[in-house]
Amino acid sequence: MAVQLDARPPAAPAHRTPRPSRVARLSRFDTRYSPYLYIAPFFLLFGVFGIYPLIYTFWVSLHDWDLLGAEHPFIGFDNYTQLLADPDFWHSVVNTLGIFVISTVPQLLLALWLANLLNRQLRARTTWRMAVLIPNVTSTAAVAIVFAVLFGREFGMINWLLDHVGIAAIDWKANRLAAWTAISTMVDWRWTGYNALIFLAAMQSIPRDLYESASIDGASRSRQFWSITVPLLKPTIVFAVIISTIGGLQLFTEPRLFNSGTNAIRGGPLRESQTVTMYMFENAFAPHYNFGYGSAIAWLLFALIAVVAAINVLLLRRLGGGVKGED
Amino acid sequence: MSRIWSAGRLTYLALTLTAFLSIFPIYWMFVVASRTSDAMGQVPPPVTPGGNLGANIARLFENTDAYFLTGLINSAIVAGTVTVSVVFFSTLAGFAFAKLRFRGRNALLLTIVATMMVPTQLGVIPLYMLMTKLNWNDRLPAVIVPALVTGFGVFMMRQYAGQAVSTELIEAARMDGCNTARIYWNVVLPALRPAAAVLGLLTFMTTWNDFLWPYAVLNDPENPTVQLSLRALSDGYYQDMSQVFTGTAIATLPLLLVFIVFGRQIIGGIMEGAVKA
Repeated sequence: MAVQLDARPPAAPAHRTPRPSRVARLSRFDTRYSPYLYIAPFFLLFGVFGIYPLIYTFWVSLHDWDLLGAEHPFIGFDNYTQLLADPDFWHSVVNTLGIFVISTVPQLLLALWLANLLNRQLRARTTWRMAVLIPNVTSTAAVAIVFAVLFGREFGMINWLLDHVGIAAIDWKANRLAAWTAISTMVDWRWTGYNALIFLAAMQSIPRDLYESASIDGASRSRQFWSITVPLLKPTIVFAVIISTIGGLQLFTEPRLFNSGTNAIRGGPLRESQTVTMYMFENAFAPHYNFGYGSAIAWLLFALIAVVAAINVLLLRRLGGGVKGED
Repeated sequence: MSRIWSAGRLTYLALTLTAFLSIFPIYWMFVVASRTSDAMGQVPPPVTPGGNLGANIARLFENTDAYFLTGLINSAIVAGTVTVSVVFFSTLAGFAFAKLRFRGRNALLLTIVATMMVPTQLGVIPLYMLMTKLNWNDRLPAVIVPALVTGFGVFMMRQYAGQAVSTELIEAARMDGCNTARIYWNVVLPALRPAAAVLGLLTFMTTWNDFLWPYAVLNDPENPTVQLSLRALSDGYYQDMSQVFTGTAIATLPLLLVFIVFGRQIIGGIMEGAVKA
């Protein structure tokens, strides 16, 4: 540093100048204000296209806001009271929660197991990791279409396989539970490997001597997994559960494209697999264009996500009750 | 190395099975894409590629329900623009948050983190109304502009810049008379390059893959993104399955290519993000 300073040509006589030079002022201006300049694009764009819509949704939800109507009268919470008495809304809530539960639970358990496998001394490590992640880097829309065909009633490969073990053909789209299962399968196929890598990363930061001493004490592999790995992974598991909750309850592309034709946005003729987001779309855009009602659905969905995420966190706290290492 | 860490035959068997289940649907997509439509009704289902890919592609590009070529071009424009923009603005803001001192820094950073937790659905309706007002409905700016910045990008770059950019180097550059903009360009950006590459890859894939918002705002069937072309194909009354699968295969191909070339970096990015999150 000193060398640099010395290398500078001695500037004008060193006596105090009443005003700092132009360069110095410029540089002070630069250090003081340029940070704001650098973060401004984010806040400007996000303000207009992120925050404003967010708040405005609530405003819209308090109105009778029909696209076709010229006026948008203020109606307070009428949209919400109407929604709470709307059987189709509750139907979509049950569908969403059902799909969420039967996809997330096996997905996270499988991911834990898979991470445990990947955490061993493996030949061709990267290849295995790529193989489990590959479903995650495909187009969701494409996958939904392909799985819809795999789950076809007449010529679907799943029914063909089931036939071999003596199970009669299942009409995956017409039966509610079957539709949930098919959609959950797509979700799990796509996300299990991703979660496995998240868990793997956390597993690798667990010191190995913990396992060494446990095995000297005679703890079996599975005992070590449940008594060391899982408790120490708790923060990561909480993270994964919250991310899956947010993603799972917003499910749209998979169920939308699992169904095709005229009833697609309704999730089948009897709304067998219509999620809350699909119900929001049905009301807010074609065919109804009722922005007020749609906005109210959006807010209730947000509330649902918050409630389910909170329940999950509480449950997880309970589960790991006796474990030390709270974060 | 103790017994616990060794991978036995069962481990490899289980991983092989998992890998097979991961890859099979994608493989099968390409199989059907390369066959004629009666492949769908065959028992047992065909599992090897046929020779019909060229003809399927030709029919797909002529299909006037899907506007598939337009969809591909649009998706390339959207994903390309968004990727460049997100990387640029995220490195810029990430640098400011990690290395520059200014009033309100922590509060502003917290705001950005908070934005990451809000579901997209919540803003879709007013955003649609806003686009109508701007007269951007059915046009590409409607999908590009709201995606130009992400909280995730800023946060990721801030985390990385904290450790990858040396404060001494920045000080030294300042002594040499560099202004902040030059420091960003000549010192910070080169140091951030690996993480910026990962962010770029993830952004490209997410944007290429996006369905919900384009589905809401691009209603003109003649001007779709590639995912909307797929929807149009699969919703058609007469379903020519080999053609639909050709479409899904082509829409997936860019993502697979990116993954094959940069898989290691993408995996590294996901795992690193997990530890720090």
